[in-house]
Amino acid sequence: MARLNETAAKQIAEICDRYKNEPTPLMLILSDIQNEYGYIPLEVQELVSEKTGISVAEIYGVVTFYSYFSLKPKGKYVVGCCLGTACYVKGGGQVFDKFSEVLGIKGGETTPDGLFTLDALRCLGACGIAPAVSINGKVYPKVQVSDVPGIVDSYRNA
Amino acid sequence: MSLVNIKIEGHPYQVEAGLTILEAAKRCGYEIPSLCTFNHGECNQGSCRVCLVEATGARGLVASCVYPVSEGMEIIISSPKAVQARRTSVELLLSNHSTDCQACPKNGKCELYYAAQITGARNVQKDGARTPATVDEISPSIVRDTSKCILCGRCIARCQNAHGLGVLGFENRGFNTIVGPAENRSFTDSPCILCGQCVSVCPTGALMEKSEIGKLDEAKRQGKYIVVQTAPAVRAALGEEFGMKIGTPVTGKMVAALHRLGFDKVYDTNFGADLTIMEEANELLLRMKNGGVLPMITSCSPGWVNYAEYYYGDQLDHLSSCKSPHEMFGAIVKSYYAEKNGLDPKNIFVVSIMPCTAKKFEKERDQLKNAEGLPDVDCVLTTRELGALIRRSGINFTKLPDEEFDQDLLGEYSGAGVIFGVTGGVMEAALRTAYHAVTGKEHELIKFEEVRGLEGIKEASIDMGGTTVNVAVAHGMKNAKVLMDEVRAGTSKYAFIEIMGCPGGCVAGGGQPYVKPCFLPNEDIDILDTYKQKRSAALYSEDERQTVRQSHNNTQIQQLYKDYLGEPCGHRAHELLHTTYAARERFN
Repeated sequence: MARLNETAAKQIAEICDRYKNEPTPLMLILSDIQNEYGYIPLEVQELVSEKTGISVAEIYGVVTFYSYFSLKPKGKYVVGCCLGTACYVKGGGQVFDKFSEVLGIKGGETTPDGLFTLDALRCLGACGIAPAVSINGKVYPKVQVSDVPGIVDSYRNA
Repeated sequence: MSLVNIKIEGHPYQVEAGLTILEAAKRCGYEIPSLCTFNHGECNQGSCRVCLVEATGARGLVASCVYPVSEGMEIIISSPKAVQARRTSVELLLSNHSTDCQACPKNGKCELYYAAQITGARNVQKDGARTPATVDEISPSIVRDTSKCILCGRCIARCQNAHGLGVLGFENRGFNTIVGPAENRSFTDSPCILCGQCVSVCPTGALMEKSEIGKLDEAKRQGKYIVVQTAPAVRAALGEEFGMKIGTPVTGKMVAALHRLGFDKVYDTNFGADLTIMEEANELLLRMKNGGVLPMITSCSPGWVNYAEYYYGDQLDHLSSCKSPHEMFGAIVKSYYAEKNGLDPKNIFVVSIMPCTAKKFEKERDQLKNAEGLPDVDCVLTTRELGALIRRSGINFTKLPDEEFDQDLLGEYSGAGVIFGVTGGVMEAALRTAYHAVTGKEHELIKFEEVRGLEGIKEASIDMGGTTVNVAVAHGMKNAKVLMDEVRAGTSKYAFIEIMGCPGGCVAGGGQPYVKPCFLPNEDIDILDTYKQKRSAALYSEDERQTVRQSHNNTQIQQLYKDYLGEPCGHRAHELLHTTYAARERFN
């Protein structure tokens, strides 16, 4: 398996040390790693395991349980289509499919140029503006299928 | 200890406060079916929902394995509502479960099948999606088939409890959840030590040993000269496969069964154990005399060796270079024994009956093959597989007479060899011989009580003709880690350490008969707390019955050195009986 380079290993160790006094530090550590690197591959999980004494199996379980964590690098722009109940009945499914068609990728995948990742989300808590789409934290309200190409272009040309 | 008054099925009982309903009911004589809970909460997920009962004060039905009793509680197990709920829980489990029951190797010992029977579960052929399944048959030791997994979590808990760092965990979410090593890897590509403890707690056929009965059949078809050897711990448990009480020693019947199964020769691995002691005790003394690497650590347990190679790759020169007893035995059969009997080693097929799944992996190590690539041992069967083999052959085990192992050349064994099967046994056996080698006298007591028993880490100081030797014994990798971290830090005060992979040693190995209370109606209700002691006692009693109690007093061992090997740890002994280790990547 690929080994982490020294700088990365040092940074991961530093993140683990931030929470060494926490009784249950795993979620905090993984959130920081996800935020800073965009993904948490197995070699990073191994290092976290060594630092925290939590088994790799358990860490892997947490990483694959929460959709927030990713095993693979995410694109520069993460497109999250809400497929919660309200968004779904308002056409969220079609909006998701359109993004998939325009970007040429399935849910959970990243475009080859590394620009976009497409995710299906379960409720953003924005049911009043359904169907909602969130791109890197910016929320688009009442998205129509016809809006999708324009939204994608605005990021492509950014 | 405070008591509370409860009623079960309308009958009043007094039970300890703090117990779960399931545990309290068990003590009052009721057995509520449960698939996830195990061994007093060693695993307590409350996940299978098969133990639902009615209890006053609770909203709806409660999972009795996690719900505590309280004063005045009335518990109803038999109400139509509770009965129906338990049945539905089992039916839902079955709806996402492989239905190939008659072909499943767990057939007859499956707790899910049993639960289905007693709850009356029906209508399992529900249409609909199933969780995508993984079948991992790559490892030589353990097969994992997630289509039979009910996500109870027992294996995860056992792996964690026994070894600290578990390799098994839940992966993914919801319908796609499975249990396995990280990335759903094979056991071979993860730091699994292949001990089989997960197999011994799995309620279904999701985790099983990899059977090698087919290999044995093939060797018979080819007309090989088949030599079988049995590990000490097997005799302490094999009877359980045939309904005998736990702790019944069945050495004579086991030998009789093997004689009837078409093996050319039936020997005891104890001979190999005696040989191991001769080499290991002398290796220890040489290391002490010549300033070699100390502490020296035993290398009989392949689970432990796997762990050392994965986690302490920088400390491997502490491991004794001795092969494990059955490997030594195999090496001697294919050299000394073959020569004496005019046999071609290539035509000899050595079968080891072991309480262990890791031994299946061990026999395939490149380090345990001779220069021509011939392995010391060809086939490893677990105690459970031997049970299956005996049943398959129509032998009525309990009716067999007692017979003796074959006695020529490799037949004699000492009491020291017998106790290898229990934690502390190798240490005790080695001390008996090392003491003699140093002082020229036998140790007066023979027994070394400090290293007996089931405490996680045991230590003793032995006076050997003026020098005090500090020793320690650990079993289960959680305990081994404590001693190994001291070794790595250079603070270990011991000269000699025994480490066994499985908690309790080989008597509780991953290849031993299942101890599942639901299938053992005639055992005490605390059998999960006592089975290790009972099996250990069977071995200690055989040690006491032996006239020869020390490995160095085994006359056939003496003969072997005189005729063939020369000195313990000498040139020929090194070639045949010693091995090497190599650090391994945890996730390669």
